[in-house]
Amino acid sequence: MKALALKDLRKTYHGGTEALKGIDLEVEEGDFFALLGPNGAGKTTAIGIVTSLVNKTSGQVEVFGNNIDRELEAAKSCIGLVPQEINFNQFEKVENIVVNQAGYYGIPRPLAQQRAERYLRQLDLWGKRHDISRSLSGGMKRRLMIARALVHEPRLLILDEPTAGVDIEIRRSMWRFLRQINGEGTTIILTTHYLEEAESLCRNIAIIDHGRIIEHDRMANLLRKLHKEVFVLTLKEPVTAAPHLPGYRVELTDPTSLEVEVSQNEGLNQLFRLLEQSNVEVSSLRNKANRLEELFVRLVENGSDRDEGVGHAS
Amino acid sequence: MLPRRQLVGLWTIVYREVTRILRIWVQTLVPPVITMTLYFIIFGNLIGRRIGEMGGFDYMQYIAPGLIMMSVITNSYGNVVSSFFGAKFGKYIEEMLVSPLPNWLIVVGYMAGGMTRGLLVGLIVTAIALFFTELQVHNWFVTLSVVLLTAAVFSLGGLINAVFAKKFDDISIVPTFILTPLTYLGGVFYSVQLLPPFWRDVSMFNPILYMVNAFREGILGVSDIPLGLAYAIIVLFLVLLFTACLVLLNRGVGIRE
Repeated sequence: MKALALKDLRKTYHGGTEALKGIDLEVEEGDFFALLGPNGAGKTTAIGIVTSLVNKTSGQVEVFGNNIDRELEAAKSCIGLVPQEINFNQFEKVENIVVNQAGYYGIPRPLAQQRAERYLRQLDLWGKRHDISRSLSGGMKRRLMIARALVHEPRLLILDEPTAGVDIEIRRSMWRFLRQINGEGTTIILTTHYLEEAESLCRNIAIIDHGRIIEHDRMANLLRKLHKEVFVLTLKEPVTAAPHLPGYRVELTDPTSLEVEVSQNEGLNQLFRLLEQSNVEVSSLRNKANRLEELFVRLVENGSDRDEGVGHAS
Repeated sequence: MLPRRQLVGLWTIVYREVTRILRIWVQTLVPPVITMTLYFIIFGNLIGRRIGEMGGFDYMQYIAPGLIMMSVITNSYGNVVSSFFGAKFGKYIEEMLVSPLPNWLIVVGYMAGGMTRGLLVGLIVTAIALFFTELQVHNWFVTLSVVLLTAAVFSLGGLINAVFAKKFDDISIVPTFILTPLTYLGGVFYSVQLLPPFWRDVSMFNPILYMVNAFREGILGVSDIPLGLAYAIIVLFLVLLFTACLVLLNRGVGIRE
């Protein structure tokens, strides 16, 4: 079953800005899906329409088969939203924020309190339950919004940049938690600017740019499109010039660092054989850039070129 | 009968609003106590003694229902306009907008919150009035129904104001420039029979005149307006404002992009 289906979704704001130019997107039930794009690409607008915070101009939205034009309440019941901006009452107590949210979904108070305890404990916020939410740290506020989004146990959880401004330790603990609830059956749609996060968590991906979907594929398929990778080799002994390695583009960035471009069909064995023949000893090896990041930049740059081309033509 | 799910949703909004009123009691319950005490001392006691009788009652008794109604009106309105605008400003209105709560239930929830504060303050002002004068309720049904309906009307008015408000200034413009003058000219301190015919006719366009007089009829048994007409006007405003709130929320004015 499709957790989310968007058909020719369009949004033009009052000022004339065309934020979405006809988006088609499908997310399968149980998926961990990444929706990526540069700032202003249309991600938050698309999420806003799905969650009823933004009125669409045209198109269809279905959440677990419920069309938002005809079965809005059923569609809303399936969704939990963690928005980009903090949007809870900063003068309210932590526990009340979660319990009240459950109430809006018709969950009686005793059950809401049980669930609030469960999710606040899982997200390490139970000790803060009586605190005024304004006093929480940035990471805690993000986790509070996750607890609030989960309290009605939605089938589809949408996270709009949930780890923005969160330190790496908390980010990784959030990843573990999200993997766990996805493993328990919750479909997750994630937008993030940390592409390492998307690569590590998500199985499927769509990239949106200038209001259009420019890629929609399995993460593995998409990464396969990246033909070349740049590796950084740290050398045991300094060298004065880059060694000659036939078939490889090599750059000496400092006396103990070499950058080598390797195409996917070549592999690394041949490279190491050539390095050995040149008497160059390698102490460590790492990717120069995150693979998804490289692909993302390439796709978005191509998208911009296309748009500029169209602009000139008209 | 509402489904249980919707009853829980409605109760959640009302519970949240009432706890807000009680949490910030210094802002919500104390100011009307001070203002109304001053009104009773200055207008009722000091000036009122020189005025003598009005409508067959001493002046303090005559203005007491008007002052109670004035506090109900301003507090019902003030509660919803500040609470709803605060939710918009802090973006936590989105908590309700993403939930399956129907819009009419959100309107009823805020209306109930506004009515609660209006009635709480009305009760407190009544208690203060009893320190200054004697009040015996002439007709309980009229008294209670008029105060409830009036509180509902002004709660809805506050919601409409909050929907259109874009900054904090916008939530004080209507109370300052429209609500206060209409209340003062709505027969709180005088009988419209004292006015020249032209201004008496002009006063008939002021809806607050009908509410104040119907409430005075309930408590003292005197009114410048026929009771049936007063009820008709109040109910008409209730229906119009409720419909307006619903249309605004359904269209997402001020709350959805």
